[in-house]
Amino acid sequence: MSQNFRVENIGLINRDKKLSFKFNGKTYFGYEGDTLASALLANGVHLVGRSFKYHRPRGFFGAGVDEPYAIVQLYRNNETEPNIKATEQELFEGLEAKSVNCWPSVNFDIGAINNFLKIFLPAGFYYKTFMWPKSFWYRIYEPFIRKAAGLGVASTKHDKERYEHKYEYCDLLIAGSGPSGLSSAYAAAKNGAKVILAEDKPRFGGSLLTSDVNIGNQSGKDWADGIIAELKTMPNVVVKNRSQIFGYYDHNMLVMSEKVSDHLPSTKKYHPNKRLWYIRAKEVLISSGSIERPIVFGNNDTPGVMLSSAAKEYLKVYGVLVGRNPLVFTNNDSGYETAIEFKKHGVNPIVLDSRKNSKSEIIDEAKNLGINIKNSYVVVAAQGYKKVKSADIASISEDKKQLGKIENIKCDCICVSGFWTPTIHLASQSGNKTKFKEEIDAFVPGQSKQNERTLGAANGIFSLEETLKTSFAAGSELSKKITENDNEVSVPNVVEKKSSQHDKFWCVPLPEGKNYKRFLDFQNDVSVSDVEIALREGYRSIEHVKRYTTLGMATDQGKTSNLNGLQLVSEIENKVVPAVGHTTFRPPYTPVSIGAIVGREVGKHSKPTRKSPMHTWHEKNNAVFVDAGVWLRPRYYKRGDENLFEASKREAKNVRTNVGVCDVTTLGKIDVKGPDAAEFLNRVYTNAWLKLPVGKARYGVMLREDGIVMDDGTTTRISENHYHMTTTTAQAANVLSHLEYYLQLVWPELNVNVVSTTEQWAGAAIAGPKSRDLLKKLFPNSDVSNEGLPFMGYMEGDLFGVKARIFRISFSGELAYEVNVESDNGNFMWEKIMEIGEEFEIQPYGTEALSTLRIEMGHVAGSELDGRTIPYDNALEGLVSKKKDFIGKRSLQRAAFTSDDRQRIVGVVPIDKKTSIPEGSHLVKDANAPLPNPKLGHISASCWSVEHDNPFSLAILKNGKNMIGEKLFVMSPLKNKVIPVEIVSSHYVDPKGERVRS
Amino acid sequence: MLYIKCPHCGMRPQTEFSYGGDASVKRPELNKDISDQEWDDFVYNRKSLRGKHLELWQHISGCRQWIKVERDTSTHEIFRTFRADEEVA
Repeated sequence: MSQNFRVENIGLINRDKKLSFKFNGKTYFGYEGDTLASALLANGVHLVGRSFKYHRPRGFFGAGVDEPYAIVQLYRNNETEPNIKATEQELFEGLEAKSVNCWPSVNFDIGAINNFLKIFLPAGFYYKTFMWPKSFWYRIYEPFIRKAAGLGVASTKHDKERYEHKYEYCDLLIAGSGPSGLSSAYAAAKNGAKVILAEDKPRFGGSLLTSDVNIGNQSGKDWADGIIAELKTMPNVVVKNRSQIFGYYDHNMLVMSEKVSDHLPSTKKYHPNKRLWYIRAKEVLISSGSIERPIVFGNNDTPGVMLSSAAKEYLKVYGVLVGRNPLVFTNNDSGYETAIEFKKHGVNPIVLDSRKNSKSEIIDEAKNLGINIKNSYVVVAAQGYKKVKSADIASISEDKKQLGKIENIKCDCICVSGFWTPTIHLASQSGNKTKFKEEIDAFVPGQSKQNERTLGAANGIFSLEETLKTSFAAGSELSKKITENDNEVSVPNVVEKKSSQHDKFWCVPLPEGKNYKRFLDFQNDVSVSDVEIALREGYRSIEHVKRYTTLGMATDQGKTSNLNGLQLVSEIENKVVPAVGHTTFRPPYTPVSIGAIVGREVGKHSKPTRKSPMHTWHEKNNAVFVDAGVWLRPRYYKRGDENLFEASKREAKNVRTNVGVCDVTTLGKIDVKGPDAAEFLNRVYTNAWLKLPVGKARYGVMLREDGIVMDDGTTTRISENHYHMTTTTAQAANVLSHLEYYLQLVWPELNVNVVSTTEQWAGAAIAGPKSRDLLKKLFPNSDVSNEGLPFMGYMEGDLFGVKARIFRISFSGELAYEVNVESDNGNFMWEKIMEIGEEFEIQPYGTEALSTLRIEMGHVAGSELDGRTIPYDNALEGLVSKKKDFIGKRSLQRAAFTSDDRQRIVGVVPIDKKTSIPEGSHLVKDANAPLPNPKLGHISASCWSVEHDNPFSLAILKNGKNMIGEKLFVMSPLKNKVIPVEIVSSHYVDPKGERVRS
Repeated sequence: MLYIKCPHCGMRPQTEFSYGGDASVKRPELNKDISDQEWDDFVYNRKSLRGKHLELWQHISGCRQWIKVERDTSTHEIFRTFRADEEVA
């Protein structure tokens, strides 16, 4: 198909490079440098989508970030991305895009019936229409709305693209490369400041790309090109195109999304798709320019109605005519610039100017070119369904209330200009209190909260001369403050055509007997009547009106609709606009890919993976791993066709009968050193520590100040002033912070130091009746007899030339030891244990067997120490000293903690001795009691007891002390199970603890 | 994201710190007989101030020191920071 609407000798596209692309399955051609929007318009395609609510045909309204509705679904490399603005998507060879929000097709859309049912879809229709009958919501309304609404479909596939994050610091961050951005960047750069200049479009220059001005005796665009070229050579300057600063956060942190590969057919190897920049700037200059605002009239959403600045940009940047028979409808001089460009390229526009008299250089130029100008004329309504075919126009009275006789004139597009709205989103996000500027009928930034300043059009300054003057000055001043350099830069001469005042006119009245839809918010389908309804129904605050009508919401964030909405509210309410106020601008200014926000923290990169020094051995020996916090631990070692249950049972049984070895490297380890270490431990743990001799270990429990158990573990006195503390794997970091808190803030007089040594030691737990026999062979030079190394004893040993620490401690409840060596020797230790242990039938065991062993022993772990239990609940009250004070002691006197029926740990066995009990199930007295069935307790951990060969669980049960022998029910609605159980002691194996001392 | 001046390390992003609550809370002395009310005030009761607030942060990914930060809870402005052992006037 030919590009019928492309004109020669104008535009910044590369006509030597023709690109083919597909839209809705049809192939078209465009040029390098096009956007999808400009390429479609060059081919005469105006219909791109259907509107959100009424499914009315929609075309292009803007030419960039301001576009409210040309949103498409993009396909590339078998991937799909929704929510792409056709006006921002650069064309590449093979691009494929489809319309969204229409079904089955953009030309024939079933949802368009909504357009004729619009009486049922007024403001707040979500809250009114779909409320009854209640059951209809899930079955009928929601599926229907889901299918018919929404702007595209998110891919359900894994995103193969790569996204990066970058952290950057600079003196001045400048948002926008229009005249103010370029001038301030240049002045600051000359003073040696570290500058980052960001431009969201592919081309630098902003309004200078399309305006007919002269700076320093060259065209605006040439001047911009020169400045950018010079900035790029300066080592203290970073200039970035395709980079949108979308959020302004606390302490001058701004976030920018850089499109690295979106304009390419595929991402280059080693390149990210997008890069998210976190920029901490000393000063921020916001030069984000302004967005033209529409004038509201009947059917103003018809494809072919667009902003006059967009029409000019399509012509001057892309060489594309948006129509051959254009109508320009304006209340200011900007419309004339567009009309003049049309005229220069052989097209005869008609200008309707709402003003009665308007005189300026540019209007004179238009007149001299012979352009047909009608003053005091307005567009009443656009006519045509899928494309503008004609316009109903009329003269308007001076008070803008009375329309003259309506005439219909032929046209194929309506270019509308209702003056300019400064883009104050970033300033507002920074906390700036904006103020209303009467002359321009818009808000501009006011008092700054952070180090931020707004320049040029974004600050409501529309004169180029003043913009350059103030921007050069701002760049110089702020950079001088930082670098203390003061290099004079002269402000170039500016030639621009003077313009006259705009007309304070934003909405064309409805002619008698007509009921045209007049849209305020094109993206969310909010019309004048919707806002009128909201106000009639009592919504007053602009924030409420916004939420009730959806005005200014979603990805558009009110870019073209905000002020017209405010004008309407203020008019109905008979208030001035600043009294109505505007809604809060929130980041992001434009949609940001979730992938960019996530960056590289996906899958296994979302957190570090920690492996023990013996990890490779585990891998080679068929270990099946489990995530334990950030650690990978062997869960079981698979033999043949074994499953988890069979393998863990075998491993646990072998510990009870022979000997097993378990990798316990992951346990948290903290060195506690100093002359006051004993006193410190005495305050941290609930039990007594002052008299622990050197060479002995002790089990300790530590509380939070609220009396809840924080962690447990053994601590060993290595030497006079040196203790080796162990914590649970999960709490290691918290315990260290906890200790540091007390040492640094509460008891700084204690002479103690703590440091994490978790990574320094590799640990192996050797457990089982044959463990001493094995240990004797591992340490032939040490006396590891029951007398030489009694329970809770500690010694250093020599493991075939490797220094080792030997602790006689037990988690499994068997005779057991824990051997630590420096991490580098971990694998050596492990292999020696396996080699020598062979004759004792040693087997490695994983965390599943470890759990089984501790559960049937009644030893508590993370599932009981869950942040809700006190020592008594865990049957640890024997470790709570009555004599000394410690962290959290005072809380244990609380009434709830001392009540007679306080919850307590118990054992639970199914009556049938067969049915496994799901963890997390509730214990109840009567399985058939009406819901909600009173809960007496919950199952904290379950296993298959290898000692008794039946299921066994631990539970935290109300009045557990007096419940032994009771018959209760375990209920798991999740697993749909009701199991009759008997409550037994939590010490299901070796209740007297004889084995560990044997 | 806040930008916090660690008195030991200099300006560092918030991600290096963890928050530690009200810095004006004083732990009752050990072995002291105190009322339930006093203890509850120490453990649970906190003013949820709007405005200037002295709070604790720990530089966990840096020097691991606990520091005091004077911050406005509504504007996030940080006025001053102190070492753990500094008395704040």
